[in-house]
Amino acid sequence: MKILVNEKPQEIATGSMVSDAARLYKNNADLFIRNGFPCGQDVKLEDGDRLVLIKKGEMPKREELEHLLMARHTPGVHERLKSATVGIAGCGGLGSTAAVALARAGIGKLIIADFDVVEPSNLNRQQYFVEHIGQPKVEALKEIILKANPFAEVECHQVRITPANVSQLFNAADVIVEAFDLADQKLMLAEAVQKQMPDKPLVIGNGMAGWGDNNLLKTRQVGRIYICGDEISEAGPGMGLMAPRVGMAACMEANQVLEILLGPDPRIRSFIEQDKQSTLNMNKAKGERC
Amino acid sequence: MLKVNGQDHPWHPGLTVAQLLKEKNYIFHAIIVRVNDKYAPGEDYDKTAINDGDDVQAIHLITGG
Repeated sequence: MKILVNEKPQEIATGSMVSDAARLYKNNADLFIRNGFPCGQDVKLEDGDRLVLIKKGEMPKREELEHLLMARHTPGVHERLKSATVGIAGCGGLGSTAAVALARAGIGKLIIADFDVVEPSNLNRQQYFVEHIGQPKVEALKEIILKANPFAEVECHQVRITPANVSQLFNAADVIVEAFDLADQKLMLAEAVQKQMPDKPLVIGNGMAGWGDNNLLKTRQVGRIYICGDEISEAGPGMGLMAPRVGMAACMEANQVLEILLGPDPRIRSFIEQDKQSTLNMNKAKGERC
Repeated sequence: MLKVNGQDHPWHPGLTVAQLLKEKNYIFHAIIVRVNDKYAPGEDYDKTAINDGDDVQAIHLITGG
């Protein structure tokens, strides 16, 4: 049967176990990931399986690093994300966090734009480190992204985003992430995208100041605009911004980007359906969810 | 009757986006309006007519990020 071992197609005897594959292809492996999930050595392999063999603590060669980084992805997903381009408008609390999440998810190309430099008050919620203070945000963010995923392509623009350069900056993007701080800037981008690129999906972060109230954050779709946040908690004097809640909104934006690129996750949908059925049938044998 | 962000709102002849925003007390300036899934530019609010049964979505953009 045919399987993929560390992304290389291999022919292995039907009925082989993970331990057999490890012996053949990576004798010292001590972590085995089959179809995106860690398993033991005594698991039987099936035709078409995707097996990743890792030796913990060993620095992989560059040519095999990329698929090891993506070993926990659902099979087939990385290839689709690798060909995608995402534009990030603003590299502050929303943009830096969304960009890092998308790079870790394996998005092939990120176009990041921000005119500003890193200053100390950014560090309470943005991905930068003390050593980055004074550096252009786009340069610092590129460095952080490439540390997490050296295979991402990062296109930096240290410019102020205006209606005059929006299409030039982001025309090549499959999706644009709005990641500004100020409402006027959010408005400028939303208006420009709708006028100049009405079919381009735009994901907006809207309302994430303060702390707590996890469950107020949600996503609302209006045409090709996706709004992530609670839509009420506005930052202003006496109302601060903090890493957890801004990060939640940023990761909701990144997560929405994945859904736009990949479609809804069919496995999550089937879990929801199973859950409904189990409640309807009172199927105790399958176990009840709390 | 029309819908504004999924909620019923009474319609009357001559209703425009500008008038509707006033009736809803949507006085904040950073707002995006879509009528029947079509973008209504801010500079045209006075001229953009709203018909009976229209579906209006308003996004009120707020600071933070």
